Amino acid sequence: MGSANVQATDYLKGVASLFVVSLGGAAVGLVFAFLLALTTRFTKRVRIIEPLLVFLIAYAAYLTAEMASLSAILAVTMCGLGCKKYVEANISHKSRTAVKYTMKTLASCAETVIFMLLGISAVDSSKWAWDSGLVLGTLFFILFFRAIGVVLQTWMLNQFRLVPLDKIDQVVMSYGGLRGAVAFALVILLDRTKVPAKDYFVATTIVVVFFTVIVQGLTIKPLVKWLKVKRSEHHKPTLNQELHEHTFDHILAAVEDVVGHHGYHYWRDRWEQFDKKYLSQLLMRRSAYRIRDQIWDVYYRLNIRDAISFVDQGGHILSSAGLTLPSMPSRNSAAETSVTNLLRESGSGACLDLQVIDTVRSGRDREDAVMHHLLCGGLYKPRRRYKASCSRHFISEDAQERQDKEVFQQNMKRRLESFKSTKHNICFTKSKPRLRKTGRKKKDGVANTEATNGKPPRDLGFQDTAAVILTMESEEEEESDSSETEKEDDEGIIFVARATSEVLQEGKVSGSLEVCPSPRIIPPSPTCAEKELPWKSGQGDLAVYVSSETTKIVPVDMQTGWNQSMSSLESLASPPCTQAPTLTCLPLHPLGAEEPQAPLHLPSDPRPSFAFPPSLAKAGRSHSESSADIPQQQELQPLMGHKDHTHLSPRTANSHWCIQFNRSGRL
Amino acid sequence: MGSRSSHAAVIPDVDTIRRETGFSQASLLRLHHRFRALDRDKKGYLSRMDLQQIGALAVNPLGDCIIDSFFPSRSQRLDFSGFVRVLAHFRPVEEESPGIRDPKQPEPLNSRMNKLRFAFQLYDLDGDGLISRQEMLQVLRLMVGVQVTEEQLESIADRTVQEADEDGDGAVSFLEFTKSLEKMNIEQKMSIRILK
Repeated sequence: MGSANVQATDYLKGVASLFVVSLGGAAVGLVFAFLLALTTRFTKRVRIIEPLLVFLIAYAAYLTAEMASLSAILAVTMCGLGCKKYVEANISHKSRTAVKYTMKTLASCAETVIFMLLGISAVDSSKWAWDSGLVLGTLFFILFFRAIGVVLQTWMLNQFRLVPLDKIDQVVMSYGGLRGAVAFALVILLDRTKVPAKDYFVATTIVVVFFTVIVQGLTIKPLVKWLKVKRSEHHKPTLNQELHEHTFDHILAAVEDVVGHHGYHYWRDRWEQFDKKYLSQLLMRRSAYRIRDQIWDVYYRLNIRDAISFVDQGGHILSSAGLTLPSMPSRNSAAETSVTNLLRESGSGACLDLQVIDTVRSGRDREDAVMHHLLCGGLYKPRRRYKASCSRHFISEDAQERQDKEVFQQNMKRRLESFKSTKHNICFTKSKPRLRKTGRKKKDGVANTEATNGKPPRDLGFQDTAAVILTMESEEEEESDSSETEKEDDEGIIFVARATSEVLQEGKVSGSLEVCPSPRIIPPSPTCAEKELPWKSGQGDLAVYVSSETTKIVPVDMQTGWNQSMSSLESLASPPCTQAPTLTCLPLHPLGAEEPQAPLHLPSDPRPSFAFPPSLAKAGRSHSESSADIPQQQELQPLMGHKDHTHLSPRTANSHWCIQFNRSGRL
Repeated sequence: MGSRSSHAAVIPDVDTIRRETGFSQASLLRLHHRFRALDRDKKGYLSRMDLQQIGALAVNPLGDCIIDSFFPSRSQRLDFSGFVRVLAHFRPVEEESPGIRDPKQPEPLNSRMNKLRFAFQLYDLDGDGLISRQEMLQVLRLMVGVQVTEEQLESIADRTVQEADEDGDGAVSFLEFTKSLEKMNIEQKMSIRILK
């Protein structure tokens, strides 16, 4: 050692070792996180060892990293970060509590111990050696360099932020840099033989820690007050504000979609897709994977807390019911969660149905609170606030999916009604109602996911379409033409959530060719392509998960169509494309009308070119479904004959064109 | 897509639009490109159908309302300037010293007032300048899931209108609406960074 021995390569090695140590430590942590998540998946019968597992494997990560001279701290951190989501889902509620509180206790013990050691070392002068220059210089430089770092990074970040970080934020950030236990622990661990100046370092570190923790820590509050930094609002939002906030969020999400803005969500979405597809399946227990109901969770927790606090504050039970509150909303989740039941479970004798809440304590407040909870629980979450929980493999009644489904159904219902009421044929001539539909050809097959997820896959650019809308148009046209044609049933089919659109579109006479060349943006992975190109998979999904409410809304003649479409909507597991051939099978009535023919061309035609074995059905799809599809596909065959009977040659031309389009889109 | 031209001359009335909306050249180009992409049939204007094709709007509870708000009353066509004008409401608000702005000129489209007015118009379906209880109820119905029953919705709508209504006419006027939202950071909540 010594400056004489430092060679050029040592500098390089020094820099490289930073990356090796940190990234290596992180990698070790992730490996153990994976191990931990995987193990907890199987601990259903031995719940008692779950907390133990968590601690031991985390500690093992630490030790392994230490052994390899990698960053043990990073290893433990990454282990925790990586495994949290899966472990939380897998282990029991009690284990979760046990782990959480044990960790908190251990953490505060450790912190206390180290600060005690710090104090003792400060007093014991054999452990350090004072050097004024070093100490003062260090103190000055830590403040100085922190400020520079903050300013530089803020400048860079402000290029991308809507609300830039202003000077005051930067001041607070640079002043708020506290150094503590970690610095001291690291310096204590230095080897005196290798680093003879250790004592000086120890002294400096002690002073720095004291300074930042005591001086900076104590003065930051007055500083913030003096600078009049905007504190977070603590006022309870009024009903109005809450409602309008939600409205604005929805509006913003909608406008963003109109503008085609993707922002930084793209990578997050991609990660979450990957996570959904592979990691969660591997690492999470099946049952936990299904029950991830966020809205109800929050609602549940809120209600319990309120109910308990109410009882604690001496609310009278079973007294006069002065409130005009309606009963609690019925929950359609499996768990019975009315407050009364919960309280009963927890052993208290309180009966706290809302109808009997006492109004003695400021009834208005109570009403207010309950309304808030109602609203919170009932409001649709705007897209941005929602974590992606799109499941393509599981028919999980995920909150987001349910919400999307509901919203989608309502939207479609409304559009249907509005089109029915107005025989308004917007810019479509009556002579070729069908021809126009092709325009909606999907530029990219992602529409299927959009319809259900509400999140257009980012990689496919902004040219996303919802098959829904396409069908809506045909619906509309059909409504206007319904007097002439008997194609009601066809329309029902077309009213499909997904991919069908492209299948059902005949070529539009005008402008179709311009639409055709628009290239499909290639999805990054073949699996994505499979999912996103509806026409690719040849499977149909016949699973009938029709929600009862929808069948009431839809007119009888469209009911089959609606059922099928809703089933396609609900079967998020299978790639949406699967619906395409199925749904077009619906109008198998040998109608002489030209309409049914056109849409039916497409599924039959493309099919030969896309040879999709049933095995392409995604995970979660039972094989029976694919076999159910085969008869349907075969059914299509006889209709090929009808093709010749179509009197409109443009139709066939269109269908060819459509096929062309399909082919070009095929990746 | 090879016919895409990035020349500003392609946009009709580009200067008037710029002045009115305050968009930058690059933003206008981007929006024009998006407009053309949405306009599948190359009609030169957008119809409701074109906007309905956007998949994400089908699962947005307010999707249809937004689409309606793009179209000026009764018209079924949306040309580029109308498109941009609506989007101009969502531009981030620049902090400019109030002294610079010419008081004679109309307020910029993305001012707080205009943003609020846009939101108000979304609620006020019949355009009479007041949000009645019915209209509030309708919007609520859109935004709330099926698990909330009708009576609950009605009581929430009642409370909401009650809270905001000051002059007791049973409806919320624009001023009352503004007042009830004075604490909310509208400039941030209704701005899209990419539209700068």
